[in-house]
Amino acid sequence: MIPTFDRKDGKLVLAHVLFAFAALLVGGIAGLLQGLVRGGMVTLPANIGYYELLTAHGVLMALIFTTYFIIGFLYSGVSHTLGGQLRPAARKLGWTGYLVMSAGTVLGVIVILSGKASVLYTFYAPMKASPWFYVALALVVVGSWLSGFGVFCQYRRWRREHRGKLSPLFAFMAVVTLLMWQIATIGVAAEVVVQLIPWSFGWVDSVNVVLSRTLFWYFGHPLVYFWLLPAYICWYVVIPKIIGGKIFSDALARLAFILFLLFSIPVGFHHQLMEPGIGGFWKFLQVVLTFMVIIPSLMTAFSMFATFEMNGRAKGAKGLFGWLRVLPWKDVRFFAPFMGMLVFIPAGAGGIVNASNQMNAVVHNTLWVTGHFHLTVATSVALTFFGIAYWLIPTVTGRVLTPRLNRLGIIQTLVWCVGMLFMSGPMHIVGLMGSPRRTAYTTYGDHPDAILWMPYHVAMAIGGTILFAGVLLIVYNVIALMRAPKGETVYPIGEVAEAAEATPRYLERWSVWIGIAVALILFAYTIPLIDMFRGVTSPGFVTW
Amino acid sequence: MHLHRLEKTWLGIGITMLALFLAILGTMAFSMGMAPPSEHHHTVDPRKVAETAPFDRPGITQVGDKHYEAVMVAYAFGYEPEKLEVPAGSKIDFTMTSSDVVHGFEIVGTNINLMVLPGEVSHISHTFDQPGEYLILCNEYCGTGHEYMKTTIVVK
Repeated sequence: MIPTFDRKDGKLVLAHVLFAFAALLVGGIAGLLQGLVRGGMVTLPANIGYYELLTAHGVLMALIFTTYFIIGFLYSGVSHTLGGQLRPAARKLGWTGYLVMSAGTVLGVIVILSGKASVLYTFYAPMKASPWFYVALALVVVGSWLSGFGVFCQYRRWRREHRGKLSPLFAFMAVVTLLMWQIATIGVAAEVVVQLIPWSFGWVDSVNVVLSRTLFWYFGHPLVYFWLLPAYICWYVVIPKIIGGKIFSDALARLAFILFLLFSIPVGFHHQLMEPGIGGFWKFLQVVLTFMVIIPSLMTAFSMFATFEMNGRAKGAKGLFGWLRVLPWKDVRFFAPFMGMLVFIPAGAGGIVNASNQMNAVVHNTLWVTGHFHLTVATSVALTFFGIAYWLIPTVTGRVLTPRLNRLGIIQTLVWCVGMLFMSGPMHIVGLMGSPRRTAYTTYGDHPDAILWMPYHVAMAIGGTILFAGVLLIVYNVIALMRAPKGETVYPIGEVAEAAEATPRYLERWSVWIGIAVALILFAYTIPLIDMFRGVTSPGFVTW
Repeated sequence: MHLHRLEKTWLGIGITMLALFLAILGTMAFSMGMAPPSEHHHTVDPRKVAETAPFDRPGITQVGDKHYEAVMVAYAFGYEPEKLEVPAGSKIDFTMTSSDVVHGFEIVGTNINLMVLPGEVSHISHTFDQPGEYLILCNEYCGTGHEYMKTTIVVK
């Protein structure tokens, strides 16, 4: 029997996915301990610092788990839809990227756990970590670039061989995601390589703080879309197939992705609203650009529910909501991403609050923000990725998902949602009351306001413990998937509905879209940056 | 590109709400003075904070009827001056900078929430109508003693 997925490519995909889940496990242990410390339930032994754990948790979850899973998932879809196997050059770039990123990750984890880089995953200057921490970050970014080049290489060759043909939707979306990543990571690469590495090695004695923060957030917001877009790929391309339906519209899906490419980068100032050094006009301008992503988000919501309803009606569902009943609720490959979609509704609304210019003062740097991104990345994105694992691992290893594992997957999804309700819900509430994020256990000298926060912190610890059980269960499920019975699982790629309109060709004219993206970035950043270059510089400090 | 009729309605409502919302935010920011704290071009050499006016003498001074000016320096891990006291109904204009890393300045129970960066001067004003002991805390991670970084304002 011919395998449904190229075995050599399968190894590359699997290597990424397994690395991701290993990072999830270690990051999850750090997260559990943090929750218990903050809730006042345990005290760490003297040789482990809260902020070391916090740095490890942030780096492993937000950077490593996500990036590895995303690259593995994108390679799988690109291999499957662009010719059924990777070209040798693309595969080689994928492996090189993997090795470079892994070298960076291992180096970074060693530096963090040895206490030489307790600067959190935002590493704000002038806190000065060990230079090897910054070198590690640079390796992760450069590795991810190499992986991106591999996907571009595969895509270009396919288009050259299929002149005049529309590229597969999955491949198009993978290219948009990685293009955005390449453009956005230029900011953090410039910060790390030009500013922080020379400064931390002592070659220069000071650093421009406002500039470094701006370069970081130029990357930091698109980073969240880098997490989200692969989840959207699953929602747009994979979910229709899993529910037995059709993609609502190929053209609209591509348009939404192009809008994300344009409007997810020139928006970093909405993370810097409460700081000096940036003019109020430029902040507001980037707030407006930030809110433009609401349009493709609304398009996505419409497409998803249109797909669900059309599918239900085609199966004979009656009434206003009858189509809900025919969705495959007992299939984890649908159920986990679907719960992610549901959670994205309050998560997105919270994000609109965060970016609302002066309203940001109410929530800035409070636990509200932590609650927010535990809904977006740690639920919407994470549950979608978990849902993908249940078919991706069997597909690339030539195995099948068993009913037992499917049931465990449903349980894992429910555990995750309950844990997140208990953790993220209180985070939102206590954040509004003023409790700061990224802070170890404290009652601020028994100040009455801070004492009132404690019950919420205890609830967060309980939620965090439930979530840790969820981490253990997904790790168990991944291991069990690797030992599932042999068989062939077909890669689920949705087909476009017959009634959908043809896709306009200009959506694939990259020079136009990259040109507009660059123009928007220059418009939003040039004048503030010129201003910042004239700013003062600061020496470095080690405050941990 | 062709859009489904229902999708046109859906996007139309969404985009109209978005435009309205942004117009309200913009009006509040630019004609009602409710903008995020964005002062710039007020830089100070972070190595010489202790010698540079007004930060050479952190403290609170009365500048008018129930109107005070507080000059503050954030450092790892505290604020100077350590204690502030004003009568109820007072307005305080805060001017502050950091003498080391990035810090936060949040007054619990108010909407005062801003970043303090070395090399930059942050400004914000607030009127304290209710008496009480207001907790000021650092909400930007600044090092190992971050959770102890706080001060209070007593409003009598």
